[in-house]
Amino acid sequence: MIELQQLCRSFQVGDQCVHALDHLDLKIARGEYLSVMGPSGSGKSTLLNMLGLLDKPSAGEYWLNQTATSQLNEEALATLRRQYIGFVFQSYHLIPRLTARENIELPLILAGIAPKQRRPLVDKVITRLALTDRASHAPNQLSGGQRQRVAIGRAIVMKPELLLADEPTGNLDSVSGREVIELLEELNDEGITLLVVTHDQAIGDRARRELKMIDGRIASDSANQTISSIGS
Amino acid sequence: MRAIDLIAFNLKLIERQRLRSAMLLAAIAISVMAINLLTGIGEGGKQFVLAEFNLLGKNVLIMLPGKKETTGGIPPLTGEATRDLTLRDAEAIARLGNVSAVAPLIAGKMEISHGQLSREAFTMGSNRAFFDIRQLEVAQGKALPQLPFEQSQAVCVIGSKLRKELFGPKPALGQWLRAGDSRFRVIGILKDKGEGLGFDMNEAIIVPVANAQALFNQEGLFRVFIELRSLDGLQKSQQRIVALLKERHEGEEDVTIITQDSLLSAFENILNTLTLAVAGIAGISMLVAGILIMNVSLIAVSQRTREIGLLKALGCPARTVALIFLSEACIMALSGALIGIFISEALLYVARGLYPTIPFTTPLWAQLGSALIATVTALLFAAIPARKAANMAPVDALLDKKAGQA
Repeated sequence: MIELQQLCRSFQVGDQCVHALDHLDLKIARGEYLSVMGPSGSGKSTLLNMLGLLDKPSAGEYWLNQTATSQLNEEALATLRRQYIGFVFQSYHLIPRLTARENIELPLILAGIAPKQRRPLVDKVITRLALTDRASHAPNQLSGGQRQRVAIGRAIVMKPELLLADEPTGNLDSVSGREVIELLEELNDEGITLLVVTHDQAIGDRARRELKMIDGRIASDSANQTISSIGS
Repeated sequence: MRAIDLIAFNLKLIERQRLRSAMLLAAIAISVMAINLLTGIGEGGKQFVLAEFNLLGKNVLIMLPGKKETTGGIPPLTGEATRDLTLRDAEAIARLGNVSAVAPLIAGKMEISHGQLSREAFTMGSNRAFFDIRQLEVAQGKALPQLPFEQSQAVCVIGSKLRKELFGPKPALGQWLRAGDSRFRVIGILKDKGEGLGFDMNEAIIVPVANAQALFNQEGLFRVFIELRSLDGLQKSQQRIVALLKERHEGEEDVTIITQDSLLSAFENILNTLTLAVAGIAGISMLVAGILIMNVSLIAVSQRTREIGLLKALGCPARTVALIFLSEACIMALSGALIGIFISEALLYVARGLYPTIPFTTPLWAQLGSALIATVTALLFAAIPARKAANMAPVDALLDKKAGQA
C-alpha cells in the first residue's frame, strides 16, 4: 500500500543542512499496525507528515496505492489525503466553535457530501465511539479522552485506509490514554492501517511492527529483525 | 464544499466573533448608507425640480425684472431692477409674432378675511392666461374672466385649503372676501394641486392683475409668463423679446428670461456636483471599510493558522480554504449593505414625512450598485489574506506554536 524509495527531507537551518529524513526506504502493507519510536529530532514526525502528504520530500519517491506522489500538485495531494488518510494529533486540533458532532462531520462537509448522506455516517461514528450523550458539547466541555475520541471520529468518518496518530496519548492520563490506544487497535482490527508515533515504550511495544528511528534513518525494524533472526 | 455548508460554517464564525463582526458590519453599513442617502436626496431634488418645471411647458418663458450679470448658475428668481416691468411692457410682448399668451404676475402676502375668520394668504394678481400657462384647473365655478390687462374687476379664485379655512363647510362661491381695503367676490375654487414653483396654490388667492396693483400699491410686475406658439423660434423669440424691452427701457437691457432648459441645466450642474460628492464620500468610506476588512482578515488568518492547517490535513484544497475566507467577507459585505440600505430607507421615509412635496427615493440602481461596490471592495481586500491562508504549507500551519491548543 505504501512504499518509500530513498526518501529525503532536508531543512536549511542557518548554514547547516539538516537531514530530517535520510534516504529512507519503507514498505507498509494494508492492515499493518506500526509504531514509530525514537529520540526527539530523529525524524518521526517528519516521517508521519510525509506519509500524510502534509510535507513534500526533497528527493526520493513516495508511492501511495501505486500513485507516485512527489510530483503531484497541492490539489491532488488534498484529494488523496481526503480519500485515504486520517490524522490523530497529540493536541486534538478540534475546532472550538463547533460541537463534537460538527467536528466529526467537518471532513464530510469539506468533501461536499449532502446533509442527508452525512447524517447516517456521522451517527454511526458517534455510536461507535460511545459519544452519543456528548455529541452536542463543545470541545472545551469535554475531557481529554473524549476530545481525542472526537478527533478519532473525525479521522475515520471518511473511512480512510491509513490512520496516522502523532503521540495520540501524549496529553492524556494513563486510563484515557489506554482507552484511546485500545480504540485505535480496534479500528486496526477492523482493517485500517495504523501508524502510531510515540515516546511511550509501553505503547510502542503494543504494535505488531516497531520502527526505531535515529538521525533520519530507520535504525531498526522489527519486521526485518524477525526475518534476519530467522535467517541466522 | 456546498454553498449552504459554507454559509453555515461562516455564520458560526461570525457569531463567535461578535465584536469584530459588528465593527465590520457597521463600517460597510455606513458607507452603503451614505451612498443611498445622498443619492436619494439628490434624486428627490431632481424629481422635485423636474416636476415643478414640467408644470410649465417647454414653450413657456419666464421674464424677471433685473439683469443677472454673471453667466451660469441659477438665474435670479428675485431680480432687482432699476426700472419696473410694467403692464404696458407685457402688452407689447403679447403683440409679438410668436407669442400666443402673456400672463403678468404680481404677488405678495395679504390679510384675507371673511366675516370673523381671517388669515394671511399668498395673493397673486394675474389674468386668464395664467390659468392655462400654469395648468391650474378650477374645481368649482370658473377661472378669472378675459379682461384687458389694465381693467380691474372685484372677483377672485381661491385655493381649496384657503376656502376650507375661511368658509368651513359652507359654500364659498358667490361669497365676498375682504383683502386689504378691497372686497372680492369668489368666482372659482382651484382644484387641489399642491405646490408649484415654491407656492402652495392651495393656500393662494388669485385676483385680476390691475386689482393686485392697487392692493399692493405697486406698478412693477413680479414676473411675466410668456407662452410661445411654437418651440422652433425659441431662441429668436427670446432675442426679440429682449430687444423689445431694451427699446422700451431706453436702451438698457434690464430683464432676465428663464427657459425651462436653462433652469434644468443649472440644476443639472448642482446635481452633478452632488453626484461627485457622493462618489467621493462613498469611495473614502469604502476604502476605510476595505482596509478594515483586510486587517481583520489578516488577523483572522494568523489566529486561525492551526485551523487552516487542520482543514488542509482533512483534505480541503487550497481554493476551498480561500473560498472560506472570501465568502466570509462576502457575507459580511452583503449583510452590511442590507443594513445600510435599510437604515437609509428608514431615514428617507422620515424625510418624506417632513417634506412631503420632495420625493426622496433611492433609485434601485443606487441600491444594487452600492451593494455591489461593497461586495467587490470586501472581496478585493479579503483576497490578500485569503491567498495567504490558501498558500500556507499544511505542516507549518498545523505546527503553529502561536495559537493555543484546542
